[in-house]
Amino acid sequence: MSQALTQLTAKDFASDQETRWCPGCGDYSILAQVKKVLPTLDTPREKFVFVSGIGCSSRFPYYVNTYGIHSIHGRAPAVATGVKMVRPDLSVWVITGDGDALSIGGNHLLHAIRRNIDLKIVLFNNRIYGLTKGQYSPTSEMGKKTKSTPMGSVDFPLHPISVAIGAEATFVARSVDVHVKHLEDVLVRAARHKGTAFVEVYQNCNIFNDLAFEYAAGKDTRDDHTVILEHGKPLIFGKNRDKGIRLNGTAPEIVQLGGDIKEDDLLFHDERAPEPTLAYLLSRMHHPEFPEPLGVFRAVQRPTYEALANQQIATARAQHGEGTLEALFDDGETWVVN
Amino acid sequence: MSATTAASAAANKTVKTLELDEIVVRFVGDSGDGMQLAGTQMTNTSAVFGNDVATLPDFPAEIRAPAGSLAGVSGFQINFSSHDIRTPGDQVNCLVAMNPAGLKSNIADLEPGGILLVNEDAFNKVNLQKAGYAANPLDDGSLKGFRLFRVPLDKLTTEANKGSSLTSRALGRCRNFTALGLVYWMFNRPLDETLRWIDAKFGKKPEVAEANRNALKTGYYFGETCETFIENYKVPKARITPGRYRKLTGNEALAIGLVTAARLAGKDVFYGTYPITPASDILHQLSTYKNFGVLTFQAEDEIAAMTSVIGAAFAGAIAVTGTSGPGIALKAEGIGLAVCTELPVIIINVQRGGPSTGLPTKTEQADLLQAVCGRNGECPVAVLAPNTPADCFNMAIEACRIAIEYMTPVMLLSDGYLANGAEPWRIPDEKSLPHLKVTHPAQKNGESEFLPYKRDAKLARPWALPGTPGLEHRIGGLEKEDVTGHVSYDPENHEHMVKTRAAKIAGIAKSLPKLEVLGSPQGGDLLVIGWGSTYGAITTAVERCRAQGMDVSSVHLRYLNPFQQDLGDVLKRFKRVLCPEMNLGQLSKLLRAEFLVDVKSLSKVQGKPFMVRDIVTAIESMMKGNNGR
Repeated sequence: MSQALTQLTAKDFASDQETRWCPGCGDYSILAQVKKVLPTLDTPREKFVFVSGIGCSSRFPYYVNTYGIHSIHGRAPAVATGVKMVRPDLSVWVITGDGDALSIGGNHLLHAIRRNIDLKIVLFNNRIYGLTKGQYSPTSEMGKKTKSTPMGSVDFPLHPISVAIGAEATFVARSVDVHVKHLEDVLVRAARHKGTAFVEVYQNCNIFNDLAFEYAAGKDTRDDHTVILEHGKPLIFGKNRDKGIRLNGTAPEIVQLGGDIKEDDLLFHDERAPEPTLAYLLSRMHHPEFPEPLGVFRAVQRPTYEALANQQIATARAQHGEGTLEALFDDGETWVVN
Repeated sequence: MSATTAASAAANKTVKTLELDEIVVRFVGDSGDGMQLAGTQMTNTSAVFGNDVATLPDFPAEIRAPAGSLAGVSGFQINFSSHDIRTPGDQVNCLVAMNPAGLKSNIADLEPGGILLVNEDAFNKVNLQKAGYAANPLDDGSLKGFRLFRVPLDKLTTEANKGSSLTSRALGRCRNFTALGLVYWMFNRPLDETLRWIDAKFGKKPEVAEANRNALKTGYYFGETCETFIENYKVPKARITPGRYRKLTGNEALAIGLVTAARLAGKDVFYGTYPITPASDILHQLSTYKNFGVLTFQAEDEIAAMTSVIGAAFAGAIAVTGTSGPGIALKAEGIGLAVCTELPVIIINVQRGGPSTGLPTKTEQADLLQAVCGRNGECPVAVLAPNTPADCFNMAIEACRIAIEYMTPVMLLSDGYLANGAEPWRIPDEKSLPHLKVTHPAQKNGESEFLPYKRDAKLARPWALPGTPGLEHRIGGLEKEDVTGHVSYDPENHEHMVKTRAAKIAGIAKSLPKLEVLGSPQGGDLLVIGWGSTYGAITTAVERCRAQGMDVSSVHLRYLNPFQQDLGDVLKRFKRVLCPEMNLGQLSKLLRAEFLVDVKSLSKVQGKPFMVRDIVTAIESMMKGNNGR
């Protein structure tokens, strides 16, 4: 029997498996927020499917008591695509990491996003390979010294939000593992979006890349180094909310509010802009030069892949009638031998 | 008009019509010359007329190689007969060459004294040079061993369409139908079938339809009236099992078989794939079956194709992916996941020449060991191989049966020869088809929990679908504890799981039919054993040798993993065993390893199927060796 939705709580989504992330890992917080969000989505527990690839984050499905597939490295978006196409009624989530999604699985991520298939993709970005014990990842900063790069890495990093926007994402957002309330809100928005929802979560790996996002996570630093995006509102940040982002030509700049500069002079966020130009510009604001935007960068509507694919089946049935074996066999030229 | 009336209308000359059992015709020309189309029309016409047919299309990997070059030659061979045939024929009786390159690369296959129809208009200096002819072979006497007919195909086609609004280039494209018309006269084929096809195909372009009709008829009349043609041939209808028939290629048969299997199981097909020669036609065909509930997914790559199929199987579909050898290499990790998660998926490999990109349009059987062994870890899957184009229908259903009954990936090994070759398919009575029983649990199978790896008598685990309340569970590629499915690194459990997965696949053998031995089931001097598409050549060769009194038998495997239960016994009843394969001896290696039998391998790796005579020669040589002992 399906449990009455109103009765479900985070506890109902806890599996009987012992969680095996390192103590202090940012993954715990993300798991807790997801378990808090799921009961609020008016979806029965049996209709959730969590699909992951390989990496620390990808152990996630074992820790939620829903249907789940812990698949292979980088392929979760493709596995999830198969599930969602066959069963559009299911709520399908992809849990992935920076290596899983952007290195070995980069191709699948791009194509899932461009198809706008209704998957909730949550990318835990810790800018390091954790499960293989500390090699640099495609989001590691240039010059990163790790076990595999003792003299520093020599490749330029990818920025997940920019990648997603470049792949024509209809929903793109960012949050931080320890910003409990913000993360919860972003996950709810993602869950309610119809189409691919891409969420980057800054996640601390306290073993191999501790404090990588401390500027965005730390209570003392985060107000000055992040800016919360709100649709229709100006970009204001700082402990005293006295700084803002203004456009200078096509480039953002930090300005001090007060004096000549008013709120109306600032850049106003528009997550629904049909063109992704603004969202992309925001995705290029990096620490330490800029406060890094958190929240929903882009949220637009476009038909979903699974809906269009299944609509073609409905159309074909309406045009030609439900296929029968007789019609299948007798199609084309046939002849009778007596 | 029909051939009968046309033939009776032949005036002014006496034409002698000879009756033959079997004819092999090959059309050759540039890859843009429409040779595949001409061959297909000839096939349809002969099949509908009532002959048995077998075909061998042969085309280059390049879509349009330089015109007139040897690399650009495209061919289509058809064997039609008044008796049961199983191969497209060893030797060509009639070669239709549209240009010098086609002639040069195919003349060796024409029988001495065979009919050679050439488009003399194409034998100009440039084309001769491109084909590497120093002198025009039509004039230098080098073709005197054949019955050469020089036909001005270009001129005939143009003259037949005087006043047409089409460009001369567009008219030129009709010359394959002029050639076809002449061949129809030569072999007493009715025109109706092709005329109907032209009308259906070019209904919206009446001037193109008209030009093609004119070309076809002109070719036919040319045979009827031109004085050089004093003899033609007829091949009576074949005595084949009564019923309704349809011509199918192997790829078409696979597509239809998959949809049929899904219907029999009360399910829908999900086909996740990435375009690759020679498997893409399966996708093309399935994408027209949307009103049968078929979802096709053209994935971003082979890996996504494979893994999307795993998701689709988890969600409850008849989940299928199709590719060729290079694609299987990319899918290997995904197949491993399907083995570990024990989900029913079908993996089609339409084999082509390898290694690497190899020979994309040519046939080979060199992926057998890849299919049986080609993954990390102990990773068994069921492996099946259809033996004729029409058998692809049966084996598609059989693959689905095994996948569902045993909750396992099943690999289906077709090849380029089966995929593109065509034969008549007797449309089955729906009642004769197997019922594929699928059960999805609705209740927990443990005391208080659902146990995803609790097995039935066949060692299959339950197929619980997402959306079923109370059966929430997680599966994945990590080793798991039997019964509960929890992640487990326990050494004893791992060994138990490895052995259980192996035992499950081995157990499939209990559900397989007994082997059918052609010849002497009780045993004898020589057994010829093969698998997959070599069936026609092997069977024909063995029948011929038996007719000459040789004690030779054959058995053909459609199940490669596991083998049928009686295979060991059958092998041991024969003094010697010969195994022809289009590889360097992969099945013989497996047979030797499994049964300690001294199998002699007969290899052919030329991108071409075996000729019957290849196998006859090997049998004769083996028999001599045997007698000499």
